[in-house]
Amino acid sequence: MSTKKLNLKDKYRLLTRDLDWDFSYEDRKDAFPFEEFEGIKITDWDKWEDPFRLTMDAYWKYQAEKEKKLYAIYDAFSQNNGHLNVTDARYVNAIKIFLTAVSPGELAAHSGFAFTGRHMGGIGARIAAQMQSLDELRHIQTQIHAMSHYNKFFDGFDEFSHMHDRVWYISVVKSFFDDARSAGPFEFMVAIGFSFEYVLTNLLFVPFMSGAAYNGDMATVTFGFSAQSDEARHMTLGLEIIKFLLEQHEDNVPIVQKWIDKWLWRGYRILTVVAMMMDYMLPQKVMSWKEAWELYFEQAGGALFKDLERYGIKMPDYTDLIKAEKEHLSHQAWWTFYTNSQATAFHTWIPSNQELDWLSEKYPETFDKYYRPRWEMAKEMADKGERYYNEGLPQLCQTCQIPMIYTDVQNDPRDIVYRSTKYQGERFHFCSDQCQHIFENEPEKYVHSWLPVHQIFQGNCGGPGGLEKVMDYYKLDVGKANMDYVGSPDEERWKTWKGVA
Amino acid sequence: MTIEIKTAKMDTIRNTFGHIARRFGDKPATRYQEATYDIAAQTNFHYKPLWDQDHELNDPSRTAITMEDWYALKDPRQFYYGTYVQNRARMQENAESNFGFFDKRDLADKLPEGMKERLIKHLIPLRHVEHTANLNNMYCTAYANYCTAVAQATLFEGMDRFGNAQYYARIGLAIDGNTGDSLAAAKEEWMNNPIWQGLRAYCEKTLTIDDWFETFIAQNIVLDTLVDNLYFEQYDAWLTENNAGDILMLTEFMRERSRESQRWSDSLLKTVINENRQNADQVKSWISTWRIRAQSALEPLANDLLSDDALAEAYSALATRLKKIGLAD
Ligand SMILES: [Fe+2]
Ligand SMILES: [Fe+2]
Ligand SMILES: [Zn+2]
Repeated sequence: MSTKKLNLKDKYRLLTRDLDWDFSYEDRKDAFPFEEFEGIKITDWDKWEDPFRLTMDAYWKYQAEKEKKLYAIYDAFSQNNGHLNVTDARYVNAIKIFLTAVSPGELAAHSGFAFTGRHMGGIGARIAAQMQSLDELRHIQTQIHAMSHYNKFFDGFDEFSHMHDRVWYISVVKSFFDDARSAGPFEFMVAIGFSFEYVLTNLLFVPFMSGAAYNGDMATVTFGFSAQSDEARHMTLGLEIIKFLLEQHEDNVPIVQKWIDKWLWRGYRILTVVAMMMDYMLPQKVMSWKEAWELYFEQAGGALFKDLERYGIKMPDYTDLIKAEKEHLSHQAWWTFYTNSQATAFHTWIPSNQELDWLSEKYPETFDKYYRPRWEMAKEMADKGERYYNEGLPQLCQTCQIPMIYTDVQNDPRDIVYRSTKYQGERFHFCSDQCQHIFENEPEKYVHSWLPVHQIFQGNCGGPGGLEKVMDYYKLDVGKANMDYVGSPDEERWKTWKGVA
Repeated sequence: MTIEIKTAKMDTIRNTFGHIARRFGDKPATRYQEATYDIAAQTNFHYKPLWDQDHELNDPSRTAITMEDWYALKDPRQFYYGTYVQNRARMQENAESNFGFFDKRDLADKLPEGMKERLIKHLIPLRHVEHTANLNNMYCTAYANYCTAVAQATLFEGMDRFGNAQYYARIGLAIDGNTGDSLAAAKEEWMNNPIWQGLRAYCEKTLTIDDWFETFIAQNIVLDTLVDNLYFEQYDAWLTENNAGDILMLTEFMRERSRESQRWSDSLLKTVINENRQNADQVKSWISTWRIRAQSALEPLANDLLSDDALAEAYSALATRLKKIGLAD
């Protein structure tokens, strides 16, 4: 028998796209009920271009090879006590943040893509989303397994899951994914598939993984590398969904634009913690946050938005603001955590003189003028035994849930930005015009935000009885996982292992 | 003599994560445990889903089934991502070599007269049934998201079923010289041949079920047991008797996989009905609804595929399975 050679596209059509059919016995809307409520118009799912034509058997095969290699390295890592090879135990605090704040986001993404992978009406898009759901499960599980070894030797990892539902700074990330998951399927795809995966991945994963590479963290860098080809698929899916929505109907353009504006901002606010990690937490620095932002966003993102112009999509109008904020972000964030680290599951410290010099050099416009004096004062106080902690509870932004720490960088960087609006007789507070706009577009949604500080005041975090109760509620191991690195059990153990007094 | 390599053992400050230690004690945990238990968000959700304002994002009350501890529904195969894909990679390697063998020996040409047409009419349309199973298991994953033990297992099941659908399509390509004509013809059967319409209606109906555990019952318990018996027991025997046993090589993946996955769905259902009376009653009521629906759905197909008593045999296989689970009627 003569056998025709099928090209990939035809083969994928036959193997995948043809599986679905036109319903005769039920209303298709009852099987895919969430396709319309967001106002998105899909005229023809057949126009969907499959971003990667991966069959399931090929998926198993490639992924199994990657898993096999990855776990071989994990095994070697723990057998050889790989944690001893990091540059300094202070570094480990960066991956405590990763496990407590980022990894649970992978599971949230898994769940969101399962939802869209079930509910989008087009099979091509559905299967791509399903595979991403499976990938995101991979990510949280490989991350847990990588951190499993660190957890045996350092404090601050062990309650990552419990903390994810409760702790004040982690709720920033949780609210981001909750926001996306509670939206409709198309907004979710734009939020995570496009804004997060396509535009921001380089600014979240790459800095963490490079930080790991520069600081001798074999376990983290290995899962980073191993996830790279997954991420490449996620990015193509993110771009495809945007193009598809924009090409389907012109009425989709303003909706998608609104989502891009919202989600780039939401994602950008989360990056505050990455900025701080890069500038303050890595004993061996990769590059400054400012440099990373310029490289990965201003250059790469600029090209992307040029590409989308032909669909009528514009770069969000707040890009001048974020350009100005790059000079300040990391400094404001580390200061916030330093002064509140009695309530964090990682340690903080005052930058060494050498690090202060590095920051001065990287941020010539702002560091010496606004931030260096703060650290010098903090050091003076700490030397006198008066280490400064913020006693009060900060006010949080109703949208991004970050404390009001951002300043008016375009006018006077000493002034904190406060915005507020009234909705149904109640006043709500914001860190920025952008967060206020996001709220005002969907106030019914954001009035429900589970704001950690409000919840503490309402007695919902361990009941009345002060911060001690809250720490219990967090399962925060006081005196071990929190406060200064200097003098912590982490430091003490590290010194013993390394044979330094 | 074995030489033991000495590695430096260091004192650990704990053996596992807090949530794992609270379940199993502070001792070294398995990778399945750390990858599975208590990692899903449980409380303090920020917003109500716009698509379901009556529930939380992760919400056990989306099903009528109740569990003191949902993580009791663990997977006896202990599949997490890594073990799952590695297991399936081995199985697909075997499937690949079966398809390769079939192709290399020109076994398609050696099928008896009229057999290809029969396969197009009876076997290839199953890919649409598998596609339904993919969607139904994804549905379970989307709504059982509060318990990773369940959500990941139904995700694996869903992806498996998509894999099955593609293997059925490849059987079509293996017998039509890669033209895809057999697939178009099989879809025509699925859409228009009266023998398939009952099953197609059943499939469409399962996609509109609200309670995800009812979806699980309608798909993974009732329909799968019946279809598996019809195809992997009775039709397999028929193919063998009719000199088309080579086809069994091409369905080996599906057959083996189904056997393995039943271990999981059996154990899950058993735990659910043993949890409390209400669960058992609810499951029984769903089963009786769907087994009646399946009866009329499958009758024309079973009669045409095999004989007039084929479906009765499949129903006795279902009864045996249910009895084993503890659901004798
Ligand atoms: Fe991921
Ligand atoms: Fe991703
Ligand atoms: Zn804000």
